[in-house]
Amino acid sequence: MTRAMFTLAAAAAISLGLGTSATKAEERVFKWAFQGDAQSLDPQGLFETFTVGFLSNVYEGLVLYDKDLQIVPALATDWEAIDETTWRFNLRRGVTFHNGNPFTADDVIFTWQRALTKGSQMKPTASKISSIEKINDYQIEISTPGPLPTIARELAFLLVMDKEWSEANNTTEATDVKGGDEGNYANLHANGTGPFRVVERQADVRTVFERFDDYWGEIAGNVTTGIFTPVGENATRVAALISGELDLVYPVPVQDWPRLETSSGVKPLSGAEARTIFLGMDQSREELLGSNVKGKNPLKDRRVRLAFAHGINIDAINKKIMRSAAQPTGLMIAPQINGYDASLDRRWAYDPEKARALLAEAGYADGFSLKMDCPNDRYVNDEKICQAVVGMLAKIGVEVDLLAQTKSKFFGKILWSNDYDTSFYLLGWTPTSIDVHNAISNLIVCRGEGAGLFNVGGYCNAEVDRLAGVIAEEIDPTKRGAAIKEAMRIHYDEVGHIPLHNQPLSWGVRDGLGVAQRADNVLDLRNVTVR
Amino acid sequence: MFQTIALRGLQSLAVMVTVALIAFSLFRYVGDPINNLVGQDTTAEERAALVEELGLNDPFVVQFGRFVLNAAQGEFGVSYRHRRPVEDLIAERLPATLELSLVAAVLALLLSIPAGVFTALRPKSLISRILMSTSLIGVSLPTFLIGILLILVFSVNLQWLPSFGRGEVVDLGGWTTGFLTAGGLKALVLPAITLALFQLTLIMRLVRSEMIEVLQTDFIKFARARGLPDSKVYFIHALKNTLVPVITITGLQLGSIIAFAIITETVFQWPGMGLLFIQAVVEVDIPVMAAYLVLIAFFFVIINLIVDLLYLVVDPRIRYRG
Repeated sequence: MTRAMFTLAAAAAISLGLGTSATKAEERVFKWAFQGDAQSLDPQGLFETFTVGFLSNVYEGLVLYDKDLQIVPALATDWEAIDETTWRFNLRRGVTFHNGNPFTADDVIFTWQRALTKGSQMKPTASKISSIEKINDYQIEISTPGPLPTIARELAFLLVMDKEWSEANNTTEATDVKGGDEGNYANLHANGTGPFRVVERQADVRTVFERFDDYWGEIAGNVTTGIFTPVGENATRVAALISGELDLVYPVPVQDWPRLETSSGVKPLSGAEARTIFLGMDQSREELLGSNVKGKNPLKDRRVRLAFAHGINIDAINKKIMRSAAQPTGLMIAPQINGYDASLDRRWAYDPEKARALLAEAGYADGFSLKMDCPNDRYVNDEKICQAVVGMLAKIGVEVDLLAQTKSKFFGKILWSNDYDTSFYLLGWTPTSIDVHNAISNLIVCRGEGAGLFNVGGYCNAEVDRLAGVIAEEIDPTKRGAAIKEAMRIHYDEVGHIPLHNQPLSWGVRDGLGVAQRADNVLDLRNVTVR
Repeated sequence: MFQTIALRGLQSLAVMVTVALIAFSLFRYVGDPINNLVGQDTTAEERAALVEELGLNDPFVVQFGRFVLNAAQGEFGVSYRHRRPVEDLIAERLPATLELSLVAAVLALLLSIPAGVFTALRPKSLISRILMSTSLIGVSLPTFLIGILLILVFSVNLQWLPSFGRGEVVDLGGWTTGFLTAGGLKALVLPAITLALFQLTLIMRLVRSEMIEVLQTDFIKFARARGLPDSKVYFIHALKNTLVPVITITGLQLGSIIAFAIITETVFQWPGMGLLFIQAVVEVDIPVMAAYLVLIAFFFVIINLIVDLLYLVVDPRIRYRG
C-alpha cells in the first residue's frame, strides 16, 4: 500500500517535473495588428515612428528606449565626452547578429556610412556625425560638426546592420524610394542583433517574428513567436480582437472603448502619448489668405492670438471628444520628452469674455473670418477637435471656415512645398529624438536655411532663435535647462502656438496580456507577456 | 469574326489609353506623396530633390507620356511605398482578388438563376416572397455594412469564421491559393458572400423579370400548345431567350466584382489588388494607382469582348446579321 502510494507520488512528481519543463519550452504565440505595415524592412528606409519601432524588435542602435522611453545602453555599454565634439563609445562584446556574425565597430561605421547613401531616410541623423574613428573592435570615437549634448538619443534609431551580410547581399546602399534598386535585399530581409528575428515577411499581409536564442540581453517578456498582421479597417481590427483572433490591436477608436469594456475577455488600454496636438496661426503673411480682413493680418497681433487661446475650451474638448483620456497642456512637448519642465506647463484659462475684450481692443469688435486646415485621418479625433474649435471661436465672434481632409492632401496643402498655404491649422508633433530641441528647431525657430520646416505659421523671434542655438549645443544641463525655460517662456508669452493636449494612446488588449505601452506608440515585443 | 475581334482590340486600346489619361489628370488632386516618403526630420532640400527625381515637377503631358511609353513595354514603375516594381506587386496580389471574385461570381450565378426562374414561375409562393424581400436587402444595403454585419455575427458572436485575411495559403509557383487548406477556405466564406450578395440579388431580379416577359410571348404559348413538357418549355425555350440581357449584365458585373472587390477587401483585410489600390490612394502611391486603373480597364474591355462573342452563340439573329 505504502509502496504503491510512494510509486504514485513519484510518478506524479515526475510528471509534474516533466510538465514544468514542457511549459518552459512551450510556444508562446502573440498575435497583434496595427492599422498599417512597416514601409520597409530596411532600417534606413523611412524614419517614421511605426517603421523604426517595428524594426527595433529586430535591429538595435547603440542605445535603446526602455518601456518608459528612457535611454538605456544597448550595443554601446557606455560613452563619455572626450572634448566638445568628440565622444568615445565602448561597444558591447559577445553580441551576434541573427546570422551568427559577431558585432564589431566595423558594423557601426558601415551603418553610419550606409545611412548617408542616396536613398537613405536616416540622413538627418547620420549627418549629425562628421566622422567615426575605430579605436579597436569594441571602441569608437564619434565626432560631431558642433557640440551635440543629445548624441546618445540621436543614435537610438540608427539601427546597426551587419557589414558582412550587407556586402554579401549587395545591399550596401539604402533602399531608394525612387527605385533603381528594386532588388535591394534589405528591403525584404533583415539581419539585426535584436531580440527577435524575422522568419516570414509578406508586406501588408503578415510578418512573423521568432525569439532570437542567442540574444545578448535579458528579455523581460515570454513571447517566442510574434505574428503581425496589418488590419486597416478600424471596425475589423476591433472585431478581430473581440473574436479572439488577435491578442492586441492598435489604434482603437476612442469611441469604441465602451464596446471593449463590455465585451468579455478584452479591454481598452490607454495612456498618454508623447505627441502634442496644437493649433498654429499664420504670423508671416501681410494679409491672411481667404479672410474678410484686407490689407493686414489680424494674427500678427498678439492680442488676437491671445483671444483665440482664451476662447478655446481645452477641457471641454478633452471631456467631450477625447473621453477625458488626453492630457491638456500648455507646452509644445509632452512630459516624456527630454527637457520638459512642469513649471512651464501653464495654460490659458478658458475665458470667452476676456477673448472678446481682447478682440475689441485689437480692433475686431465685430470679429472676422478666416480659414482653417485640419487633417481627418492623422491624429486621434483630429477633425472633431477642429470642429469644436470652430464652434468655440464662433462664440467670440470669429467665423472659421474649416477644411478637413485626408493627411496627404492636408500636408500637401499646408507644408513648405505648397508655400505654407494656410492661415490656421492643427498639427501634432513627437520629437524624433525624444528631446525638446527637435520640437523647437522644427516648429518654433524662424523659417530659413534648414530650420523651422514645420513652423507652418511662420512664428519668428530672434531671441528664441539664439536660445535654440544654445539648446542645440550646450553640454551643461543647468545652462541648457535655463535656455529651454527662457525660449518656452517667450514662445508662451507671444502665443506662438496654442497647444491643446497630449493625445491618448489607444490600444485594445486581451485580458491577462502583459504589455508595456510606450509613450511613442511603439510596441516592443520584449515587453510582452502572454498567458 | 476575326475582323470583329481585331476591331474590338483597337477599341480596347483606345479605352485603356483614355482611362490612363483621365487617371493621370486626377492624380494631381490626390495629395502630396512626399510627406509619406520622408521622415519628419528630412530637410527641405532633400524633399525638393525627391520631388524632382520622382518627376512630379514635370508637366502633365510629360508625366503621362512617360507612363504610356513605359506601360507599352510592360513597365509600370516602382511603388513609392513598397520600393518594388508595380507589376511584381500586382502579380502577388492578383491571385487573391481573382479567387475571391471567382467564388463570388460562381456563387452569385449558381444561386441567382434558379432563384430568378423560381420566383417568375411561382410568384405567389411563400418562398418567392421571402426571396424577393430578402433580395431587397441585398440591393439596398451597402457592401461595407454587409461585411461588418457578417463579421459581427459569424466572427465575433458565433466565432465560426475568421474576420480578416486569407487564412493559410499554398504557393503554387507564384500563384497563391486559399483553395487547398481548410483555413483558406474558411477565410473565403464571408468575403465571398459579401461580394456576391449584390450581384446575386441583381441577377435574380433580372432573370425573374425577363422570364415573366418571355413567358407571355407567343412562342411559349405555341410550345405549350404543341404539348411540350413544362420543364422543357421553361428551362430550354424560355430561359434561353432571357439570356442575352442576363449575359450582358453578368459580364459587366463580373468586371465590377473584380473592380469593386475594393470595398470587400478593405473590410476583410483581404490582401488583393483592391486593398493594394486603397492603400496606394491613402499614401498617394501614383505608380500603383495608375497601373491598377489601367489593369481594371483592361479587364472590363476583355470581359466585354467575351460578352459580345457570347451573344453570337446564344442569339442566332445577331449571328446572321453579323
